[in-house]
Amino acid sequence: MFELYILLLFMILGAIIAVEIKDLLSSVIAVGAVGLGLSVAFLILKAPDLAITQLAVEILCLIILIRATIRRDIPTLNRRKEVVGSIIVLLFIGGFLFFAYLALKDLPSFGHPIMRVSQNYLAEGLRKTGATNLVASVILDFRAYDTLGEATVLFTAVIGVLAVLRRIGRKKVDEVVKEEDE
Amino acid sequence: MIYLMCFILFSIGIYCILVKKNLIKIIIGIGIAGYAVNLFFILVGYRAQGRAPILAQDQVIQNMVDPLPQALILTNIVIGLAVTVLIVAIAIRIYEKYGTFDITKIRRLRG
Repeated sequence: MFELYILLLFMILGAIIAVEIKDLLSSVIAVGAVGLGLSVAFLILKAPDLAITQLAVEILCLIILIRATIRRDIPTLNRRKEVVGSIIVLLFIGGFLFFAYLALKDLPSFGHPIMRVSQNYLAEGLRKTGATNLVASVILDFRAYDTLGEATVLFTAVIGVLAVLRRIGRKKVDEVVKEEDE
Repeated sequence: MIYLMCFILFSIGIYCILVKKNLIKIIIGIGIAGYAVNLFFILVGYRAQGRAPILAQDQVIQNMVDPLPQALILTNIVIGLAVTVLIVAIAIRIYEKYGTFDITKIRRLRG
């Protein structure tokens, strides 16, 4: 699993660049590099469905984020940094990592999952659902309500975007002021 | 060890959410934290020298990786996209109204 370490190191570096760079467009592109690295990592971890989905989603995400940042010519924020807040956040993150390290000893070690539930899916997936791709048999048959909930969330998000970005039926600025006077 | 690197990626996202003052940077931090969580689930489900959970006609595969976290994360990736789109729409609307992405200025502008 040597290549996985290199890929994770690449993703961590990309994330640090995305967080610390001044220019917003460069930051968005760096986070796109992190997402594409995640797609390759899924491929190495033997999850081809996830790799395809992550690739498509990442490109869509990049387009939307670039749409949000481009032509805004935002001045880079040159204010002095709040040192105290950063130090407190770093302390918190250090504590989080320490306790995560303690807790990780109780997890099964890497490469040896427990698979108490999915043993059943692996053994009987083909006979019960007729799907050769067992991931598809889980999301569409054994746990189809998850997918129904996912569709509901997607629909709600689309409705929310339409409601937030609509042009028609929005109050003019003057009307809002008038209402507040009354 | 590899779990810990995944947690470091998650902490970078958390740091970005808590420290940065730009709305787009905060959205990017949420995205990075989401990537780390997805990767962690797949790492937990991986089996050493495993094969992808797809049955073949002419051979019996014994060491498949866990399909359950893969199915859950497949749902989660799509939901992450929906959430990102919704946040970006709200950020664009805020920019139309206040003309800035800086959250300290927005707070001062009766936000």
